[in-house]
Amino acid sequence: MTVPAELDRRFRESAVAEGLVDVGYDLADSPIGLLLVAATDQGVCRVAFDPEPERELATLARAFGTRVLRTPKPVEVVRRQLHEYFEGRRRAFELDLDLRATPAFQQLVLHELARVRYGEVDTYGGLAAKIGKPRAARAVGGALNRNPVPIVLPCHRIVGASGSLVGYGGGLERKRALLELEGAAI
Amino acid sequence: MMQSMAVPPFERFYEAHGAEIFRYLVRLLGRQAAEDAFQETFLRALRAYADLRHAEHLRAWVFTIATRVALDEHRRRRSPKTQVTDCYLEENGSGLATGDDPPAYAELAELADNLPHTERAAVVLRYGYDLPYADIAAALGSSEDAARQATSSGVRRLRRRMT
Repeated sequence: MTVPAELDRRFRESAVAEGLVDVGYDLADSPIGLLLVAATDQGVCRVAFDPEPERELATLARAFGTRVLRTPKPVEVVRRQLHEYFEGRRRAFELDLDLRATPAFQQLVLHELARVRYGEVDTYGGLAAKIGKPRAARAVGGALNRNPVPIVLPCHRIVGASGSLVGYGGGLERKRALLELEGAAI
Repeated sequence: MMQSMAVPPFERFYEAHGAEIFRYLVRLLGRQAAEDAFQETFLRALRAYADLRHAEHLRAWVFTIATRVALDEHRRRRSPKTQVTDCYLEENGSGLATGDDPPAYAELAELADNLPHTERAAVVLRYGYDLPYADIAAALGSSEDAARQATSSGVRRLRRRMT
């Protein structure tokens, strides 16, 4: 005998309603594959391309607390905005983010990244110069590679100096698909 | 140095123990009351979860919470016997104690249904879920000796009924 679905749903809702959840997460369908989206009470803390939650959940637990629970409510907003983005109806995300677990240098990079607009691209070196560290292109690349909230913070808009796509945490095919969706000149 | 296992994300813990705790509560309380008790058990677990420092004995821990919730419910009830029996009869034909239940559980569970609450919990935890007496003691909030005693007096009672 398994837990009845209705009872299971009720428990998960009550857990959120009573403020007992550190991280709520769910899976979201998208044209570039299934996404795992997660949020704390402060905001969205993770968008992951690998929808196999096993490793992801342990990482979230270490960063934000062990009370990690699959429940749709906390991620409702980010799911909706991602859906609108993929339908071409949204060009900017209006979301609170929780970047507590992100190191200071990376936060600086991500903050600058957030200014790169829909459909535009910049280079690793360009971003490095904008944060006042023109020789830190590689470090910027590393920081982007560990972007906890890809798509929402658009690391796909950063390309190599030659204009080639170079690298992407979610794989180059996804990067190309996102830039094509935005109509970027690549 | 002993290395203690990290506390798993709650989702993993809930997936691992949700179904067996639900079956256990149905056994102790009947289907309807088990639903409320299930919710209460895992909300209590969630409240305490952030303070856990290691992942040892998590199964015994959640059985402890479930047992306490069930005993609280029994205390709260005015005429527990009738209700429990009614609920159980209602459920009897619909898949209780089948599938992945522990092997000893099926026959035992039915037999244990009319035991006093503490003895029933002790017998089901010992022979249905194979918990050691130390864990049963924790679940019942008693000493290990008292847990042994509750179990064996439950078993004696069952034997008397069977003869």
